[in-house]
Amino acid sequence: MLCDICHKKQASIHVTEIINGEVKELHICDTCARAKGMIKSSKNFGLADFLAGLTDFGIAPKDAGELEDFDLKCPACGLSFEDFKRIGRLGCAECYDAFEKGLAPLLRKIHGSNRHAGNMPKEANKDSKTAEEAGSIDELEEKLEVAIKNEEFEEAARLRDIIRGKKKKKI
Amino acid sequence: MRLNDLLNQTSEWLKATGTESEIVMSSRVRFARNIKGLAFSHWADEKQKKEILTKTKQALLKNKYLNNSLFLVMDELNDLDKQFLVERHLISRELTADGGCKAVDVSEKELFSIMINEEDHLRLQVMRSGLELKESLRLLDKLDSELRRNFDYACNSKWGYLTACPTNVGTGMRASVMIHLPALVMTKRIGKVLESIGRINLAVRGLYGEGTEASGNFFQISNQITLGHSEQELVDDIDRVIKQVVEYEKGARELLLKNSRHQLEDEIWRAYGILTNARIVSSLEAIGLLSAIRLGVNLSIINKVDIKSINELFITTQPAHLQKIEGKDLNPQERDLKRGDLLRDKLK
Repeated sequence: MLCDICHKKQASIHVTEIINGEVKELHICDTCARAKGMIKSSKNFGLADFLAGLTDFGIAPKDAGELEDFDLKCPACGLSFEDFKRIGRLGCAECYDAFEKGLAPLLRKIHGSNRHAGNMPKEANKDSKTAEEAGSIDELEEKLEVAIKNEEFEEAARLRDIIRGKKKKKI
Repeated sequence: MRLNDLLNQTSEWLKATGTESEIVMSSRVRFARNIKGLAFSHWADEKQKKEILTKTKQALLKNKYLNNSLFLVMDELNDLDKQFLVERHLISRELTADGGCKAVDVSEKELFSIMINEEDHLRLQVMRSGLELKESLRLLDKLDSELRRNFDYACNSKWGYLTACPTNVGTGMRASVMIHLPALVMTKRIGKVLESIGRINLAVRGLYGEGTEASGNFFQISNQITLGHSEQELVDDIDRVIKQVVEYEKGARELLLKNSRHQLEDEIWRAYGILTNARIVSSLEAIGLLSAIRLGVNLSIINKVDIKSINELFITTQPAHLQKIEGKDLNPQERDLKRGDLLRDKLK
């Protein structure tokens, strides 16, 4: 198939866009895609490359298999986990909730951690605290078990401290 | 402010006023931010993209750190102007793609630039001369705090700031330093230095960021990860590493002066000789020779030009800058001639 832009080279990138319900297909060669800023060079630290290769990070292909199990769509923006694997980008903030199971191990692989430790707008901080403080010890212990199972030790330690704090308060 | 006003000023980061600015050209900190409740720019429909543009524009126009800024809607610019902004490091190449309600807001002295509807709704950037990451972070934090009064950002306590690409999630911060390492290249020690940088979660790239080759012995070093560490920790890590690299470069310069002074002086004066006489100079040749002259100025081998003028030439000899200075489109051959003229004029 020839490139829709230059009509000379073989198209290697196929894009399907859905705008207001209308499906548009575009087939582009590598050179034109690069010229239009649609793709970056292979040296780019992009998630599309990451998901396609996973090798740069020393991750065995079997780990990539973990991502195969999700047949999900984000209820807010309609992006599917399949879409995410293809384009390497999430559709909206709610995707992080919708795909949490798939993203948690992935983030851990990219960043070596899956827990934010930086600044937050004040309001957001407050919300999250109340949510966890309101949770019962049982719920938290359940979360702790999951964290240990997933080898998320930082998260486990954090949950352990919250549970300890709560138990102390009870006494 | 108007776009052409940029031609008559020197970007803050080129002024060689910051710490270690002989070796560290510039420091840059960037935050990726998204407004709560709207799809990320690449996935949003036209209506939403317009809404993002309108909301962010309103907020930026009243931001006290952006008084008299230059607000540009990308689709209203021609390709030359877009390229001109890329060369000045004010926008990314991704922002030059057609459509998508993209825009940029550039502060008066080009200290801040804010991209709208790039991959994320907002990409806030600050750029300063020398090794000034901590100060850069402080400044960008101020701009960000002022901005967030206007809307809620997409974020949660677990994963921090939520971004289109999971490689940016958490702090949403990318801090980078552009560093000039000619002596480490000449003494063939650069490979080892870059290798060890790669091993500690930092990325190394060329002069124009992602996907560009290192030219003119310039390297960009930035944090690879954004989640699990605070902004301050990430910046401190890079700061520490860069200080070490600066020491290595200084050591290599001393070694060259001690062991091969004549060869070093010869290489620097040859570069100066070519650029003060040549009629036709390609972009790549200019960068390579300017790099040698820059080293010569830093080592006081050449005293005829100052470091700020050399820094500026790395940018003004780029294709779009030459055409803007000339005020018309130039083909590659005409550009090489014009580049030769400009270099002879500025270096003599």
